[in-house]
Amino acid sequence: MHVPDGFLDLTTSVATAGVSAGAVGLALRRASPEVGAGPAMPGLVSAFVFAVQMVNFPVGAGTSGHLMGGALAAALVGPATAVVCLTVVLLVQALLFADGGLTALGTNVLLMAVVTVLVGHVVTRGAQRVLPRRPGSVVVAASLGGLLSVPAAAVVFVGLYAVGGAVPVDLGHLAAAMLGWHALIGVGEALITGAVVSSVLASRPDLVRAARSSRRRRLLVVGADGARTTVEAAPSHGDAGAHDEPRRPWVVALLVCLVVAGGVSLLASGSPDGLEHVAAAVGFDGAASASAVSSGPLADYAVAGVPGPLAVTVAGVAGVVVTALAGAGALRLVARRRAHG
Amino acid sequence: MVASVDRRAAPPLPVRPLARGDGLLLPTGSPVHRLPAQTKLAALPAFAACVVAVPAGSWWALATCAALLLAVVALCRLPVAVVARRMVVEAPVVVFALLLPLVATGPRVDVLGLELSRAGLLGGGTLLVKASLGVLAAVVLAATTSSRDLLAGLERLHLPRPMVAILTFAVRYSTVLVQESRRLQVALAVRGGGRRLRHLRAVAGCAGALFVRGYERGERVQRSMVVRGWTGAVPVLGSAPATARQWATAGSLPALALVVALVARSTA
Repeated sequence: MHVPDGFLDLTTSVATAGVSAGAVGLALRRASPEVGAGPAMPGLVSAFVFAVQMVNFPVGAGTSGHLMGGALAAALVGPATAVVCLTVVLLVQALLFADGGLTALGTNVLLMAVVTVLVGHVVTRGAQRVLPRRPGSVVVAASLGGLLSVPAAAVVFVGLYAVGGAVPVDLGHLAAAMLGWHALIGVGEALITGAVVSSVLASRPDLVRAARSSRRRRLLVVGADGARTTVEAAPSHGDAGAHDEPRRPWVVALLVCLVVAGGVSLLASGSPDGLEHVAAAVGFDGAASASAVSSGPLADYAVAGVPGPLAVTVAGVAGVVVTALAGAGALRLVARRRAHG
Repeated sequence: MVASVDRRAAPPLPVRPLARGDGLLLPTGSPVHRLPAQTKLAALPAFAACVVAVPAGSWWALATCAALLLAVVALCRLPVAVVARRMVVEAPVVVFALLLPLVATGPRVDVLGLELSRAGLLGGGTLLVKASLGVLAAVVLAATTSSRDLLAGLERLHLPRPMVAILTFAVRYSTVLVQESRRLQVALAVRGGGRRLRHLRAVAGCAGALFVRGYERGERVQRSMVVRGWTGAVPVLGSAPATARQWATAGSLPALALVVALVARSTA
């Protein structure tokens, strides 16, 4: 979704840059005590999000699609620090990797640092309230945050294009294409966010900020003489409870996402390996190579993008249905478990 | 008895070799390389802004800007093949620009039997040139500036200190992450994993493991910094201020582009 130079007019670029500067300034003020305590964690989150974002694949409407990491960063370091981390990532991408225009930096920060983090955070917190208070719920909540943050950014993009798009395009088609593809990307984002959060939670629960409220309580020891001592819960070395928890809800939700996403990408693009991009995006290639765009997927998606309104609409409707199904399915499964338990 | 291993028979692991040197820097020792980073950091985005300000369809102005930037590329003595490869990042924009004449609204023109939108042709062509120049400007910056100079330059330009701190650590950790991810890739490859869909679970697990392992190595880096007297603030990176002459040299590119853009806007 990196917006290039010349995509939006200069007025819109300047306006979004102003909004982004304000938002990042606010985030900096709230994040600076944490960063002062040690920039290791935010620095690592930046480097990690950067590595995960390296692999771009073109989507229907021509902008690049990739994992955004807003919800992931918000779950790991909290929203304020996450905004700063993602801004750093976008700055490096624009300056060094030519990914996203230099004049469109403000727009990109607004879309990918501010909107994805805020939506991801709000959804995650909301879902945490609904879900039972246990470590596994953080995974589901963060996944939902990832799932919805990407289409939300796409909606804001369409809004910006409506205000300051350089070329008149039918907004209905643009909205359908952007929402459709980004709903699909959102499924990938949800999978990655869930996978990363769950495996970090399993070995270092202290690193997941969103899980702080649901971590183990302190232990109150009352001695025979009546003396009370409070034993702090160990912050590291794994959460023993997390291993004993049956993980079926999110594994099943993950499988549902997988199957649905696989089926729909078959339907939408006629290429059976829709999720291979996601696979490639996750595990391979750190920050090593700049030539992240391979020509293979480009051809597939370009062909899928051309045929005009019908294919775009199908993709749009399908994508939205997927998002709804996956979200509803996950919630329902968890709710059922809760009723049984 | 020691069994001998026939190394030639083993297929190569599907793991990319580590990149050498300082990331994207292409040291050729040109005058552009010698300019302080902050002047380049200010000049190249300013140039991109001037290009974006050129009105659509003002081809002579865009061509002049392109000629200016290509002159800078020639001055940097950058290998053409590497520059071309780094510009591949623009591919999605090219696709969008080529689609624009088909999807844009407005009056149509007939080109080779295709009904194309006039506004789409104009806008698509302009977008293609503007985006290419922006990408090329960033490629020039990356190829002529080391990551350390870049950090120092950003600090000189008064980027907020926490952001410089995060960026410093992110640059440091990117090598850590690359090394760790390489280890994970090797581990995955020797266990028969791959890029296939059925390995997604393993790959997703690797992403989480990468984060934890990267953090634990990074934590050691931070602790060793604390031991050596780090107090929480990133030490001043210590770069010399740029001279007026250097600013003038770097500023000549956006200044010329600004003149071109202003003339183009007044005549359009």
